[in-house]
Amino acid sequence: MIIRVLGEGQYDVSDGALASLNELDAAVEAAVDSGDDAAFATALTALLDGVRTLGVPRDAESLDESDLILPPADASVEDVRELLDDDGLIPG
Amino acid sequence: MSLMKRISLIFRSKANKALDKAEDPRETLDYSYQRQLDLLAKVRRGVADVATSRKRVELQVNQLEGQSTKLQGQAEKALSVGREDLAREALTRKSGLASQITDLKAQHAQLQGEEEKLTLAQQRLQAKVESFRTRKETIKATYTAAEAQTKINEAMSGIGEEMGDVGMAIQRAEDKTAQMQARAGAIDELIASGALEDVSQVGGSDDITRELDAMSSEADVEAELAALRASSQPQAIESAEDGGDILEAEPEKSAESRQEP
Repeated sequence: MIIRVLGEGQYDVSDGALASLNELDAAVEAAVDSGDDAAFATALTALLDGVRTLGVPRDAESLDESDLILPPADASVEDVRELLDDDGLIPG
Repeated sequence: MSLMKRISLIFRSKANKALDKAEDPRETLDYSYQRQLDLLAKVRRGVADVATSRKRVELQVNQLEGQSTKLQGQAEKALSVGREDLAREALTRKSGLASQITDLKAQHAQLQGEEEKLTLAQQRLQAKVESFRTRKETIKATYTAAEAQTKINEAMSGIGEEMGDVGMAIQRAEDKTAQMQARAGAIDELIASGALEDVSQVGGSDDITRELDAMSSEADVEAELAALRASSQPQAIESAEDGGDILEAEPEKSAESRQEP
């Protein structure tokens, strides 16, 4: 499984590690839904740390698409909402 | 659906929309490669722009710190001649500068962070563009137009995602740099107008320095007067107590002429 952290690059993460990452992801999602910036920052940091710890940085030359994509480390709730908005941050 | 999944789906649909379908799919490769080179050039410019802003902030911090040191010196000098009011004024101005300096240093750290991020993004994109170029040549040499589509899609999706990511990084860096440039411009204007560079100047002249200079020339006069008293006949000084005005006026003139060269 390839996970991209925006602004950081891609990581290879084993399927076994995914369960614990999904838990961390759920916390991030809950914080986005409730609009709680402080909880979001904590949850996102935990999730990204999890990806960095459990994953292995993927070769920079690789041209493979990621399976999952995560917001950049300095993102705010607002940034994530824009990411999820089809007309949002991602340049078309 | 998980957040990670939602973001990746949106990202992918964007990247796919950006793909131009040429009549010969192999032409798509060349077109995409050109866009990659354009983006790479844009990231390089972005890195240079952020570096320029960072250096500008560095220069401003140096200027303000120089001014702060000057005010500290003035405060010490003022206190040494017993002018607590002047010392207080100098220190008040110095503390005004301190918050500006703290603010600028925080901006500097942010710009440095953006610069590092963009530099890394540039390296990652560079590696992928290079890899794409090799893949592109292989596909064009090995596959017929009909066969090429799958291979092209594979190469394009990976690079498309990277380009989307880098595009966002540039956008964020540009936004931050633009905000800071507006503030840096305001500080440059303040420095240019003399309000910060010569923060001790009020009404066109440096009041603290002027007062301190006046005080130190008075102190010089007093010192010389004391020296004269000590060396000359005691009775002459004693008799001069009545005509003190004349004696005081004399050394002031000599003090002015001393300052001229």
